[in-house]
This record gives sequence, structure tokens and C-alpha cells, in this order.
Amino acid sequence: MVPINAQNVTLAYNGRAVLENVSLEVREGQILALVGVNGAGKTTLLRALARLLTPRSGTVLIHGRDAARLSAREAARQIGLTPQQSGAMWPLTVEEVVALGRAAHRGWLLPLTARDRAVIERVLEQTDLLALRERAITTLSGGEKQRALIARALVQEPAILLLDEPTANLDLRYQDMILALAQRLAMEQGLAVVVSIHDLNLAARYAQRVALLAEKQVLAIGSPDEVFTEETLTRAYGAPIVVTRHPLYDAPLITPAARG
Amino acid sequence: MFRHRALALILLTLGLLLISSLLSLSLGAVAIPLSEVWKALFQPQDPALNRVSRAIVWDLRLARTLLALVIGVGLAVSGSAYQALFRNPLADPYIIGASGGAALGATMAITLEFSAVTAAAFTGSLLAVAAVYLIAQAGGHVSAVNLILAGAALSALLSAAVSLLMFFGDEDLIEVFAWLMGGLSGRSWPHLRTAAPLILVGALVLWSMARPLDALTFGEESAQALGLNLFWIRSALVTAATIATAAAVAAAGVIGFVGLLAPHMARRLVGASHAWQIPMSALLGGLLVVLADDLARTLLAPLELPVGALTALLGAPFFLWLLKRGEPWSQ
Repeated sequence: MVPINAQNVTLAYNGRAVLENVSLEVREGQILALVGVNGAGKTTLLRALARLLTPRSGTVLIHGRDAARLSAREAARQIGLTPQQSGAMWPLTVEEVVALGRAAHRGWLLPLTARDRAVIERVLEQTDLLALRERAITTLSGGEKQRALIARALVQEPAILLLDEPTANLDLRYQDMILALAQRLAMEQGLAVVVSIHDLNLAARYAQRVALLAEKQVLAIGSPDEVFTEETLTRAYGAPIVVTRHPLYDAPLITPAARG
Repeated sequence: MFRHRALALILLTLGLLLISSLLSLSLGAVAIPLSEVWKALFQPQDPALNRVSRAIVWDLRLARTLLALVIGVGLAVSGSAYQALFRNPLADPYIIGASGGAALGATMAITLEFSAVTAAAFTGSLLAVAAVYLIAQAGGHVSAVNLILAGAALSALLSAAVSLLMFFGDEDLIEVFAWLMGGLSGRSWPHLRTAAPLILVGALVLWSMARPLDALTFGEESAQALGLNLFWIRSALVTAATIATAAAVAAAGVIGFVGLLAPHMARRLVGASHAWQIPMSALLGGLLVVLADDLARTLLAPLELPVGALTALLGAPFFLWLLKRGEPWSQ
């Protein structure tokens, strides 16, 4: 069964359609990047994949099961969502934040078991957070905060990891670090990863597949080389765009061209 | 290490609470030495014990002190819960209109000579919280400004309704007025018997939901993605917090800012996790109201000041300071 299979999904807010008849698939061990202009529906689509938004029509299948029919707990055992880091406003410690992810397995009332503790320990190590475990999340840097939220999703032991703009507000070094972590999780643990992202060059470098959202639909989907052509990007972004080759990596390099 | 420190602080606060409660049994129009208080409590049959002292401790002061304690607990734990629910550390039951709603409900019950004052307070409080929630919630999190504006507007509306009720129901004016000012004067065992079980159940329910409260501080969607059934959890939390608020308000009127001060101090002392913050808030809330009532009885004795005025004198400047400091949630 494919981890995520969206079929003819139409998504709307207050009766206004944001995306119409979108279909896409995400496979194990693969990173799919959702790109497009502001308001193109990247976050909306991610919310639908996370079962937080019910499609007006069409279905999102999670391992072949209709996501709308999963309970919140069942969904949380299969899908880990890393929200935008601006949501972390309460000074909980990193360990307390990460432990919240275990509720998907243990429920909200029962105490954590030794196995829960072991999972938390493993994930803290994997995300390089052991030294920060007692720190309040509000005191962390952007990159550390993002890592803590990824760790929270990972202790859910999901098959699918959804990252909502994980590189927003991060400096270059952290942007790379976060996406390298996502890549490692996809390759080593076979996670299906979906990431909404603005930076096309990061998408080109880290994602195996890219879905370009524009005009209320998936304008193009495929490998970065297939999607990131001058013609498609110029159409999607309404501005002239030049595509060359990246000097270091075997990937397209996207540059907005000056007008006139 | 952190946990040991939190536990030590909780025990320390518990000790302070016990001491201040004993003090409050000894203070008042007639001062009773602490040794007499102790004897009255634990050896009431001792023939050496002054009968008047025993009567004052048992019939007048003990119920009042215990009531002050549970009211503080109720306001503090519901403050903790509202703050997580609204994702805003300014969400005191008084600020968001929960107390005002309870006051209107209770005033209606008193002026209409309807006996179920607590039930009426609960209904009023629940409606007020629901209204503020709906009005203030624009987008995922409730901004401080929206919350305070919605709370202020609703509180104005509710207090106008209370004034009108008092205007037309003039016979009960004094009773309602004394009650609204927030005071424990004349409160005794029957008030305690109604308020204590409701508040303790509310506090225990909220404490048991410490982890959902932690999750909700990230916002509702984020909590849902963690596997939280938002509808049920939010309903249970609002119900428990509102029962605790309404029982406190029905027993002693509007005592503001305890639900703001206690959770804030608790977060500073034992951290933001609700598993620790809620018990610490409860103890600090109890301590605050017991101390405020001690002051209310002794500052201008034999005159009794309204407790609500004292907590507001302490709490309102603190509220302004928090607002001015401007943290991430204030945007």
C-alpha cells in the first residue's frame, strides 16, 4: 500500500476552493516537496494530508484507508506533522514537548512506559537534542526549535512525516541541516516525507519529487528536472525565471531573472 | 534534578499554606493564641480549652479559612486551564468574563429567589466563556488584544445586566452588593459543603488532563495532529474549569486576578508543564486567598474589607506589567 494517495481532492475554505481535483502519491523513502506562490495551497494540502481538513470531494488514502475515517489517535500513529515553529509559545522543556508525541500510542492519561521512554531517548539522540532536553523550547534557536518539533513527530513512530515550511525563518546552515535530517529519515527509515517549502533550490536538491501548485491545481509533478523548467516556473510564478545547473550538485539552479 | 527542585518547592508551598491557615484561625476580632487553635482543632474535648475559643474556631473561622483555600484553588486551576486553552497567559477567569458570567447567573438566582445559585452561576459562566471564545478567536490562536477586548466588552455587558437586576430587585441590594465585591464575611459550612466538592473535582479533572493542556499550548491543529480528540478534550476542559470558577464565584463573589497570579508564579517556580504547574497553582491560589482574607479581616479590624478589592490591588498592576512586557503570545 502506498503511504499517501490523494485522489481528485478538492479543498475549500469557507466555500472558496483553494485546490481542485488534486491527485498525488507519496512512496516510502521518498521526499515530495510542495512548492508554489504564496496562497497556492501548500499548507492547505498539507493539512488535508494530515487529516486536519476534510476534502470537499475526493479522498486521501493513508495506506489504502480513507483518512477521514481514521480516528485522531489512529491517524497520529501513521502521520507525524511538524507544524510551523511559531506555534511554540509556552516554555515547556524540549523533553516535555517531545514526549507529547507518545500520546498517539499511550493515550493522554496513562503514564509513559519504559518503551515510551526508550523511543523518546532514541529520537532525542537521533535529532541531536540530548544536550538540550531540559531547556525551555521558547529559549531555543530557530533550528533547534524545528528539530524539537520534528522529534515530537518522530516519537509518534509514523510512516509519514509532514513538514510545514520547516526552513522558514532559518539561516542557510539550519535550512540545510533540517532538510538533510529529513533526507536521512526518508532513506534510513523509509519514511514518506512531504515538505512544503518556498526555496526551490532546496527543493531541487533534497526532494526526489516536486509538486508545483498553481492555478488551483498541480501544475506539474515529477522529478525536479521535469518540473523546474523555465516555461513552467515562469507560468506558475508570473515572473521570468532562468534555470541553469547547480555548480556543485546534480540539480537545477533556479534564479529569478530581472524584468526588462 | 529539576524534578526534585519542583517537588521541594511544592512541599514548601504546602507548608506555607498550612501555616497561613493556622494563622488565619487565630487572627480576627478576637485573637486566639496558636496553642489554643491547635488544641481546639486536635483536642476539642480537652476540658482546659476555652469554650468560646472552640466555638470561634469551629463555628466561625475554620469553615471560612477552608473556603478561602478552596476558592483560591478553584480560581487558580481554572486560570491555568483557560490560559492553555486560549494560548494566552492573561486568560484569568476574571479577565475573560467567566467570573462576570457566574456573577450574573448568581445575581439572577438571588434576585429571583431561585435557590440553585451555583447552578445558575455555572450556566452564566459557561455562556460567557463560550461567547468570549467565539468572539476572540480569529485564526489559530487568540491574541492578547482580542482576548482582552472581547473579555472587557463582555464584562461590561454582564455587569450592566447585574446593575439593572440590582436596580429592579432593590430588596436584595445589600446582599448582592456584598457578594459581588468578593468577600468571605459570614461564609460558613453550608457554603463550603457546596463549593469544596465541585472545586476539588474540577481541579482533579484538570490535573488529570495535564498532557492535553500541554499539547493545546501549541494550538488546536497541532494538538489534533498529536492524536487529540479536540471536541471531547476541549469540552471536558471547559466544563471542569468553568465548574471550578462558578463554584468559587457562587461562594464568595468575584475575586479577580488570583487565576492570573497563581499560574504565573507556578510556571516560574516549577515550569510550564501542567502536570507540575496545576498542583503548584492550586497551592499558590489557596495561599493567596487565605492571606488576602487574613489581611481583609485585620487591616481595619473590626471592619472587614472585601477580599476581591485586595486581590485586585495586587493583581491589576501585575497584569499591566505582564501586558507591557510583551511576549510572543501578545502579538
